[in-house]
Amino acid sequence: MRIIATLAAAAVAVAAATAVQAFCGFYVARADTSLFNKASQVVLVRDGNRTVITMANDFEGEVKDFAVVIPVPTKIEREQINVGDRSIVQHLDAYTAPRLVEYHDPDPCMRYERYKSSADSALPQSVLNEEAKNAARSLGVTIEASYTVGEYDILVLSAKESDGLIRWLQNNDYKLPRGAERVVDSYLKQDMRFFVAKVNLEEQAKLGYQYLRPLQVAYESSKFMLPIRLGTLNAKGKQELYVYALTRTGRVETTNYRTVKLPSDMDVPAFVQGEFAEFYRAMFDQQVQVENERAVFLEYAWDMAWCDPCAADPLSAQELRKLGVFWIGGQGGSKIAPMPAQGVFVTRLHVRYDGEHFPEDLVFQETGDRQNYQGRYVIRHPWKGEPSCDISQYQTEVRQRQEREARQLANLTGWDIEDIRAKIEFVGTAEAQKEPWWKRIWS
Amino acid sequence: MNTRNGLLATLRDPRYYQIAVLSLLLGYGIAVLDFGIRWQYALLIVITALVVQFAGTLYAKLPRFDPLSPLITSLSLTLLLRTDEAAIAALAAGLAIGSKFLLRFRGKHIFNPANFALVSLMLLSDRVWVSSGQWGSAALGAFALACLGFLVLTKAKRAETTIAFIVFYGALLFGRALWLDYPFSIPLHQVQNGALLIFAFFMISDPRTTPNTAIGRVLHAGLVASVAYTIQFVFYQPNGPILALIICALTVPLIDMFMQGRIYRWEQVVDRRISSTKGVF
Repeated sequence: MRIIATLAAAAVAVAAATAVQAFCGFYVARADTSLFNKASQVVLVRDGNRTVITMANDFEGEVKDFAVVIPVPTKIEREQINVGDRSIVQHLDAYTAPRLVEYHDPDPCMRYERYKSSADSALPQSVLNEEAKNAARSLGVTIEASYTVGEYDILVLSAKESDGLIRWLQNNDYKLPRGAERVVDSYLKQDMRFFVAKVNLEEQAKLGYQYLRPLQVAYESSKFMLPIRLGTLNAKGKQELYVYALTRTGRVETTNYRTVKLPSDMDVPAFVQGEFAEFYRAMFDQQVQVENERAVFLEYAWDMAWCDPCAADPLSAQELRKLGVFWIGGQGGSKIAPMPAQGVFVTRLHVRYDGEHFPEDLVFQETGDRQNYQGRYVIRHPWKGEPSCDISQYQTEVRQRQEREARQLANLTGWDIEDIRAKIEFVGTAEAQKEPWWKRIWS
Repeated sequence: MNTRNGLLATLRDPRYYQIAVLSLLLGYGIAVLDFGIRWQYALLIVITALVVQFAGTLYAKLPRFDPLSPLITSLSLTLLLRTDEAAIAALAAGLAIGSKFLLRFRGKHIFNPANFALVSLMLLSDRVWVSSGQWGSAALGAFALACLGFLVLTKAKRAETTIAFIVFYGALLFGRALWLDYPFSIPLHQVQNGALLIFAFFMISDPRTTPNTAIGRVLHAGLVASVAYTIQFVFYQPNGPILALIICALTVPLIDMFMQGRIYRWEQVVDRRISSTKGVF
């Protein structure tokens, strides 16, 4: 049962890119509750040295046990931390998600064309219903400031004292993953700071949220990076991370790992429509293996003013501003009709990482590449009307196309070609069966 | 007999090996790594470089047109420069070769041509970038690159620049790992960067823009390594080595002033009778 549950969870995370948890921190559990962070969603807004990071989390466990230690590249003050809107991150996710497009073959006996496109949307969400009491705050000597932002109690640890972080956490009954000392130590030596966020149940009840809203931090630093090392410590196996970079100029890529485009614009059999999530997960698994588990994958790169086809509407200037895109005006006419924002380029990166294959934190750079890229998969439905002419030629062509799609799908996903063929409704099968059986062995 | 000697002499020119290795890398990059090098741009860069070299040959009244050096510069540029704009690709080649003829000091050009073009375009335009992570860090690939590069270097007989750079930079990375209590997998990962190795074997090693003496070259390599490290790990900016090389290029004439040595000439291996009184390009 447990295995099934794990697999199901992974499916959600990969296929829909929605079920996620906070990233760069490690979760610390009170008492013996085991908490794991398996996947995360991070929005990185960056222009010059100014950065706004939004960490959406899909924490699975009792809220009272939720605590996250977040390293930030520089000293931060109270005003630099904010609690964001989860629906905007979900909107960004939907807008950038890999999409499935379907086309319908025209009547082979007539000359007209029509198509419609549909995008993958059904994105299951995990919702936290648990309410629990928060343990009393403990203000040890290492705490510089403590305040409540939204439903979170935030403890900012001061520069000098943060090296007592480990001791403080241990004194406060937090369970630390093994090896945390070394990692925390290395961050401290690089002048990074930490803050701890816990859920304030009283505030949460007052606000009425049933889930944890994303935490946002604004800071100025020359470091364009994401600390992932802490995250590898207490995770069970590999973790999924989605990074949405919002920049002014162009695509974002990692400088210390390969950034690879996922295969896109592929024709796939029609049955994939019913199992797009499985298809996408299998394809991602396969590509991770092809790249020896060492690559970061590009899933979307686009000017935020438009999309084609749109998996969801582009984000409004207001929404982008809430995510921290500080260089666009948040007001201008947005009350009448939300306009897509100009001058914002989005990059969606997807990485599956563990300590072995990703020993170093992710370091990014903004490139001048403004070429649009999207994960797009195409279904072509054969024409299924009453023929007014001889369509055997058309049917043969379609069967050949279906066979090509089957092989392509097998290549992309590693699925068994016979299983795939069994699921495909080959057109004119009755006629096809007249073909000698050996024709399909080596084809 | 004469033809045979001529052929042998030609084969002894290390630049043929260099061109072969760089082409191999380019082929690997396009076919296996698929990191978006457009062959049209590669061609554009090569043609522009050759045309500018030809113009430069006339301008400097050189005894003969030499296509090998601009070809090497074009290949290095193609491997490292990323842009969406054809005009920028052509401009890069023009700047690279042009700098050889115009920016000179005491009979040598000051900057490595490809390095000069890369840095000046990165400063001038936001449509140019270097994808240092795109070579990946597969240990085997790094090893193959290093060996191939070494072949070029031993032919060029100036391996000390590369070795010194790798030793200095490696020492800094491992030193940092010790200081930060990093597992050694981190500096190892950093050293296995394909772009870093291409830089070490094909850019900093350029015998024409390094000091004339062996000690001078080691000193220069150490300087480049330190500046690269500072850019990368103190200021947290990408492309440390490439920026460091251009900054340190200005120290080469200084080092040469204090340490006398012979100016390297590609041609001396090929034919000792042909030597230019105008300096070497």
